[in-house]
Amino acid sequence: MSGIGLKAEFLAQRGRMEAEHGPALIGKGPGVGSAAVAIAGVALYVVGLYALDISPSRIWHGLGQLGLIFALMLPPSTGGHFALYLDALGQTLSIAFLGTLLAAILSLPFGFLAARNVVASRVVHVLARRSLDTVRSIDVLIWALIWIDVVGLGPFAGALAIACSDFGSLAKLMSEAIETADRKPMEGVAASGGGWVMAIRFGIVPQILPIFASQLLYFFESNTRSATIIGIVGAGGIGLHLYEQIRVLEWQQVSFLILMVLVTVAAIDFVSRRLRLAIIGRRAV
Amino acid sequence: MTHSVAVPPEPQLRPMLDAYAQAVAARRRTIAIGAVLMLVAIGLSSVGAEVRLDTFWDKIGNFSSYFERLTLLDTGARVWTDPVYWFWGLRRWSLQLGQTILIAYVGTVTGAVLGVAGGVLASRNLSRSGTVRLIVTRVLEFCRTVPDIVFALIFVVAFGLGPLPGVLAITLHTIGTLGKLFAEVIENIDMKPVEGIQGTGGSWLSQIRFGVLPQVMSNFASYSLLRLEVNLRGAAVIGFVGAGGIGQELIVAIRKFYYSDVSAILLMLLVCVMLLDFGSEKLRHRLLAAEQAR
Repeated sequence: MSGIGLKAEFLAQRGRMEAEHGPALIGKGPGVGSAAVAIAGVALYVVGLYALDISPSRIWHGLGQLGLIFALMLPPSTGGHFALYLDALGQTLSIAFLGTLLAAILSLPFGFLAARNVVASRVVHVLARRSLDTVRSIDVLIWALIWIDVVGLGPFAGALAIACSDFGSLAKLMSEAIETADRKPMEGVAASGGGWVMAIRFGIVPQILPIFASQLLYFFESNTRSATIIGIVGAGGIGLHLYEQIRVLEWQQVSFLILMVLVTVAAIDFVSRRLRLAIIGRRAV
Repeated sequence: MTHSVAVPPEPQLRPMLDAYAQAVAARRRTIAIGAVLMLVAIGLSSVGAEVRLDTFWDKIGNFSSYFERLTLLDTGARVWTDPVYWFWGLRRWSLQLGQTILIAYVGTVTGAVLGVAGGVLASRNLSRSGTVRLIVTRVLEFCRTVPDIVFALIFVVAFGLGPLPGVLAITLHTIGTLGKLFAEVIENIDMKPVEGIQGTGGSWLSQIRFGVLPQVMSNFASYSLLRLEVNLRGAAVIGFVGAGGIGQELIVAIRKFYYSDVSAILLMLLVCVMLLDFGSEKLRHRLLAAEQAR
């Protein structure tokens, strides 16, 4: 059969189908709106490349440099500072742990304040939500700079910075968990004569505790990553050494430090996945 | 007092009570061990993080007064009494903020496009060879684990100061995070359309274009938008290490205690972040609605 015959048959078939089932959806394509969004997106991308002075020749030249740096990184070496780096790694873990713990303690009351079903006043919970959003929007490095100004250089400032930046996110997550919690246990406690505090303690806390615990473990994992970088601004931990070794172009030590961080993060991920499974069961992960 | 619950006789009751007491004791023991472990961990990490509670109490006033100082101009007046003086660098900061936004945008788009490729190669159902899958998964994990600012530090040495290393650092980190999420989305698709295209003789690329993409597009877009929000925050501080954007200006202002500049820049940044969050949330809701209508 010739191609033209096939096409005619296809069109006839399509006409019959459309008469029966309404107009075909295929072949209409996305609307004008999505096309405009796509064009605007590509245009912004091109403008961005131009405005940021990104050219293939610069990338090519830089890649050559990067290859050189990579070659210089091998083999990784401690440079005789292994004990120092191990100590810094311990500091990093301490910062992450204390920061998460502090954030958790702070976020409990604020989580309740920002939850719609616990605090009846709309003003209070909208205010609480907005301030949490603001706290969350400030990066941990900025918090670190502020705390360095308050308690001085060192890991203590780092722990406080992590506590501050996580407090916003944790409290928001908490309030969401509280809002989606089942109200019936709370009503049950109230019906059997329990007060407001009792209703929260026995009606809500048992429901949100496993969620909260597994979220905390997630935050501890991500804080281990954050705690490795806040040293860059002087708030303790392994980031300080990483920054210094990059500054003095000791690439072998840089790669060793990066490897240390990778191994630690992988180990923490492994342990915390185990703990999470133990807390909330295999199904919910 | 009479019991409304029937109490079994002593011989039956005894083992039950014992079992109960044992269960309670076991639970108490677990809690006690957990508490001790927790205390040890707190003690160790307090030493590790050089916690100094005395300095903390002495200096905590500085923390609240820091925010008060943020509202003071160097003339001693409150910032809102003279907004023009407060935002003296509006033009320059706007340009730098624009650069920050572009860094985040270009980095996210490039990272998302490459992340699609990474996600396809790392997914269990589409990747052709196990070796490729394993390698790509490891590379994605590496890109995800190394923080973007560390990439930026290294790239600043290789590519020179300016926005380019920032863009590349964000791109690399985005490939890692989005690649993993995309692979998970792809692993959850319905394989029947793909098999259909395979059955009509479509190539691997056509299978992905017509069998996979229509199923995953809206999810990919909403994950990318979320990533854009994260990357804007990241791009704001990537300038701390010389990788372009407003971060450079911000760290100088913080380090040199130009309080009113700090508050002005932070305010601009916060407004930007919140506008983007708001817009992206609206878009994501529309994408979700489109997904449910499909």
